[in-house]
Amino acid sequence: MDLHLLWFVILGVFLAGYAVLDGFDLGVGILHLTARDDTERRVMLNSIGPIWDGNEVWLVTFGGAMFAAFPEAYATVFSGFYLAFMLVLFSLIFRAVSIEFRSKLGSKAWRRAFDFGFFASSLLATLLFGVAVGAAMAGVPLDERGLYDGGFLDLISPYSVLVGMLAVALFAMHGAIYLLLKTEGDLRHRLYNRAWTGFGCFLVCYLLVTIMTLATIPRATANFGAYPWAWLVVLANVLAIANIPRSLFLHRPARAFASSCAAIAGFVFLFGIALFPNLVTSSVEPEARSLTLYNAASSEQTLWNMAVVAAIGAPLVLTYTGLVYWTFRGAVRLDPHSY
Amino acid sequence: MDVLLLSRLQFAFTIMFHYLFPPLTIGLGMVLVYLGAMRLRRPEDPIYEQAARFWTRIFGLNFALGVVTGIVMEFEFGTNWAAYSRYVGDVFGSALAAEGIFAFFLESGFLAVLLFGWERVGVKTHFFATLMVAVGGIFSSIWIVIANSWQQTPVGFEIRDHVINGQTFQRAEITDFWAMVFNPSAVDRLVHVWLGSFILGAFFVMSISAWYLLKGRHLEFARRSFTGGLLLATVSSLAQLASGHSQAKGVGEHQPAKLAAMEGLYESKRGAGLSLFGWPDSQARELRFAVEIPGMLSILLHNDPDAEVRGFDALEADYGMPPVWIVFQAYHLMVGIGMLFIASTLLACYYLWRGTLYEKRWLLWYFVFAVLLAFVANEAGWMTAEVGRQPWVVYPTIVDGSPTGGLRTSDALSEVVRAEQVLASIIMFGLIYALLFVLWIVILNHKIQHGPDPIPGTDPGPRPESEPGPGLLEAATGRVDHSGTLTEANEPPDGRRAGPTGDR
Repeated sequence: MDLHLLWFVILGVFLAGYAVLDGFDLGVGILHLTARDDTERRVMLNSIGPIWDGNEVWLVTFGGAMFAAFPEAYATVFSGFYLAFMLVLFSLIFRAVSIEFRSKLGSKAWRRAFDFGFFASSLLATLLFGVAVGAAMAGVPLDERGLYDGGFLDLISPYSVLVGMLAVALFAMHGAIYLLLKTEGDLRHRLYNRAWTGFGCFLVCYLLVTIMTLATIPRATANFGAYPWAWLVVLANVLAIANIPRSLFLHRPARAFASSCAAIAGFVFLFGIALFPNLVTSSVEPEARSLTLYNAASSEQTLWNMAVVAAIGAPLVLTYTGLVYWTFRGAVRLDPHSY
Repeated sequence: MDVLLLSRLQFAFTIMFHYLFPPLTIGLGMVLVYLGAMRLRRPEDPIYEQAARFWTRIFGLNFALGVVTGIVMEFEFGTNWAAYSRYVGDVFGSALAAEGIFAFFLESGFLAVLLFGWERVGVKTHFFATLMVAVGGIFSSIWIVIANSWQQTPVGFEIRDHVINGQTFQRAEITDFWAMVFNPSAVDRLVHVWLGSFILGAFFVMSISAWYLLKGRHLEFARRSFTGGLLLATVSSLAQLASGHSQAKGVGEHQPAKLAAMEGLYESKRGAGLSLFGWPDSQARELRFAVEIPGMLSILLHNDPDAEVRGFDALEADYGMPPVWIVFQAYHLMVGIGMLFIASTLLACYYLWRGTLYEKRWLLWYFVFAVLLAFVANEAGWMTAEVGRQPWVVYPTIVDGSPTGGLRTSDALSEVVRAEQVLASIIMFGLIYALLFVLWIVILNHKIQHGPDPIPGTDPGPRPESEPGPGLLEAATGRVDHSGTLTEANEPPDGRRAGPTGDR
């Protein structure tokens, strides 16, 4: 494996980490308004209370790593999708503000405003991430130099919007399953219904996206010819998805959660396979204009330095992420330090 | 409007808002580590836990704002300064990524334990988490200051050709990672940033404590917090003098045009004076209304009252000229506030030693508001550093009389972003940051009004006789009790605890 491919894989790991972890955070936000009363809302909020911040770091580090490893792709994507990224920023800021400030004052209007802010920003961020993935799959207009050559509306197509809806349904389901692990009693009972609804919506979107990808984006499946082992991931992904309703039916939320984590990681992997060897695929002349792992990368020296940094950092990161999740294991108990 | 100007305004605005918080949390992090350590060493004294809980709540609020405004900065490198990102990604990007891996995960992970772990983990684990959050903040500052310092004094790289789809362009590529890390200005600037953070954290603690003292609330807590803050502020302010001097020498050596702007030096001079005040006029190329100490600048830079200091007449052709007025005034504001801090903290220490500090209500009022000056000094330092580097975003090296390897700010812009997009985002940032600022003030005020939670099992009546013997602090507090204006009896009863909503 060369360094370029290694960094493509590492970026994939960061993206998968972000999607799996902040996925349930965002999902909890999307479900937030369905809670019945203030206590239920606080239980839901505090199920992600101590960890949402750390989950978002996966995105920040993904951005930093992309900047360092593939500066051309980073610069093209961030400047090209200017408006979209600004909207992502605002939803992330607003989301953090809503979580942080919601429970700071007792006033009802104050809480309602931030409840809505938490819901809307979680929804918008998820939708935008999904649309971005959809647009990246379909390809975007690039010029010869690899600069973005379009506007905001070029990102929006029936396909990218459909992927955005898939992301919303997927994260809502993922969040509902996560909440099954963190709640008790009546609320938990009702969350089973949410998880089923989420799964239903997800399944519909999943089938539509799959059909549309096969029908309209031949490039997405081209790599499966060259790398037949990738079919194993497809199989595993389908099995993981199938195991979600089975586990829900058997009332084994931990297994359902593991399955939905695996399904999300599988999607990120399939996304990577579909792109490879491109980072940003040009919709015009994809062979000549795309930004690839090779032409968009930093020097070998930097990729190597960064690999050393990642090798030192990764075990540390996994250790204390594990420690923190272990510390806050079990059902949510509200205390004076809760949100 | 001009996309360059708008992007510069946007960056300046968003980073100055962001920079309100990281120095504060780095400084408060030190306070929390101290309190945590004392809580471990003297478990019989409940005031350390009380103080740790209170300052942790304040810390958490500021930390959250630092995080959300920090993500903006990372995005902006790509959205607004794409050409810059392409040019320096190989060097700057690796420092930024290292910050993510080494600092952010550490901070955010253990922050959860620090904020929410009081009832879940033991005292030792909690202290460890506090330590890790503080260390994370320090790590974060290390990488980001290294990255910024490399822009100021770039080394350890080469300009090389890079080919994309048959087109060749140039970019900076790293040749020596450790030379980049220990670039000539990195260590000086890091020390300066840390001391600035400690000063801000200390003045922040003193501000709230002084206010409690003036209002006669939470007196024991406030006295101890104030004394601790004062000691940290005094030591840091004095050390900052040395650090600032060392840094100015470095700037004179590596970024002569920035130094000329800091001192308003349009003409090269032998025996240059150190100006205390002035009004640089770049049109007339002179420093008006200058009040200066003759020969002092030459002494400070070269240890020789007759040494020559270069002005813009010798530098402008190579380096260009930054907006001198802004740099000059920001620099002098920072230095002036630094001098005031040295004088005022020393005076307060003298009164503390005499045992009359808490009678000096005017001085306490000064400390209530001095935290604003500490914020101003940190921001002014940032302006000096960043505006002084203009018109370069990456500073050039002069090789055979021509600037080499640098990148002009005007060449760093995103190629594809239009002015109205930037303007729209500035407006959106303006609105959301105004909201953040108001929320910050409201919640901060709420927390300060709420005050530290009362120590369980103690009623806030007169203190028992069995206190430890009078030390420096007790001598001081004794005077307060006798003054009649500040007594424990003014302590409000335990009626201010947040209801079931909680408050962290």
